[in-house]
Amino acid sequence: MQLVAENLVLKRGGRTIINGLSFQLGAGQALLLTGANGSGKTTLLRSVAGFLKPFTGELRADGLDDEQELGELCHYVGHLDGNKPHLTVMENAAFYAGYLGGLDASRAQVGLKKFALAELADIPAAYLSAGQKRRLALARLVATPRPIWLLDEPTVSLDTASVALLVDAVNAHLATGGIVVAATHLPLAFTMSTELNLDAQGKAA
Amino acid sequence: MSAIWTLVARDLRLAVRQGGAVGTALGFYMIVVALLPLGLGPDLNLLSRIAPGILWIALLLSALLSLGRVFESDFEDGTLDILALGPLPLELVAGAKAFAHWVSTGIPLALLAPVLGILLNLDLEIYPALVATMLAGTPAVSFIGAVGAALTLRARRGGLLVALLVLPLYVPTLVFGVAAIGSLLGPEGFLAPFLMLIAISLGAVVLAPFAAAAALRAQMQ
Repeated sequence: MQLVAENLVLKRGGRTIINGLSFQLGAGQALLLTGANGSGKTTLLRSVAGFLKPFTGELRADGLDDEQELGELCHYVGHLDGNKPHLTVMENAAFYAGYLGGLDASRAQVGLKKFALAELADIPAAYLSAGQKRRLALARLVATPRPIWLLDEPTVSLDTASVALLVDAVNAHLATGGIVVAATHLPLAFTMSTELNLDAQGKAA
Repeated sequence: MSAIWTLVARDLRLAVRQGGAVGTALGFYMIVVALLPLGLGPDLNLLSRIAPGILWIALLLSALLSLGRVFESDFEDGTLDILALGPLPLELVAGAKAFAHWVSTGIPLALLAPVLGILLNLDLEIYPALVATMLAGTPAVSFIGAVGAALTLRARRGGLLVALLVLPLYVPTLVFGVAAIGSLLGPEGFLAPFLMLIAISLGAVVLAPFAAAAALRAQMQ
């Protein structure tokens, strides 16, 4: 598994956000995206997920068969958690495990355990704190195995213990040959990570 | 295949838990139809003559009220992004959500129609056919409506905009729906307009998900 970007140019609303970016990530490697607000971290992550088509250049994953799209190999955890307040924690997790991976609720349980949410399983997601909601979103990563994780400021509203759980989960994922691209303002202790600093012109600084 | 049912089941469960949107649509339908006899006076012949048109127009307006729910909450809380990364193409996601809207709103509205028919002095004998007509026509309402809902996702207070976009597209459903019920009261045949209604619904079920998915892709960039 390899994730490759070649001379990537991304535009939003006619404005060039990413201008000629190339990188290459092999199995077990993490890329930490840093840069000022508005430097294009989210735009880059959303384009890897397939929400935004590259203006020019190419994004591809080697070892992908013709039927699949890049997005189907990816987990995306963005600023919005994607939890339904009217469903319980378990129902939220079970829905994503079933929808994304065709897996049953026992996998959802694994995800909840990893992020210390097992005791809250029967509580409606509306009653969770911001950090707990974020952990519920992160539980998707562990519940449904997918090779590429795209994390957009995953540590927002997490306490230090939860950040440690996240770093732990990411390192376990990398150890099994996964790929992680994370936008962050905090230094995160991922193994095998390289840093890519985006400047205001949308190039690697 | 299982992913589709997982999604439909979740949408139906949410519709039951939230309740509000379905209840609002049903309540609105009831109120509009109940107000009309008060406004038009107690002329029973007049009421039964205009009943098919009233039942259909009020149904379309009530369905419009609930259309916002199809994609809006999923878009706002980020669920739509994750749904797009699932095994289903976005067309099937849009289709599944429109289907869930039909089951949770279209069918209850169709089943409410005979009850409201009583208020309009509609002949009791035609009620089975009335429900059949409503059930045959409402899939088009949900699926065409889903296109409007997808197009207006980013528009603030998109409700009125949806009405402007979608109501003209409901004209064929309205015309043949009213014709089918009207034919039961007069000498014309029932089958022809009823089959047209089914054809419109089937066409909408096939084509609307593509339009809705294209709109969703543009909104998600």
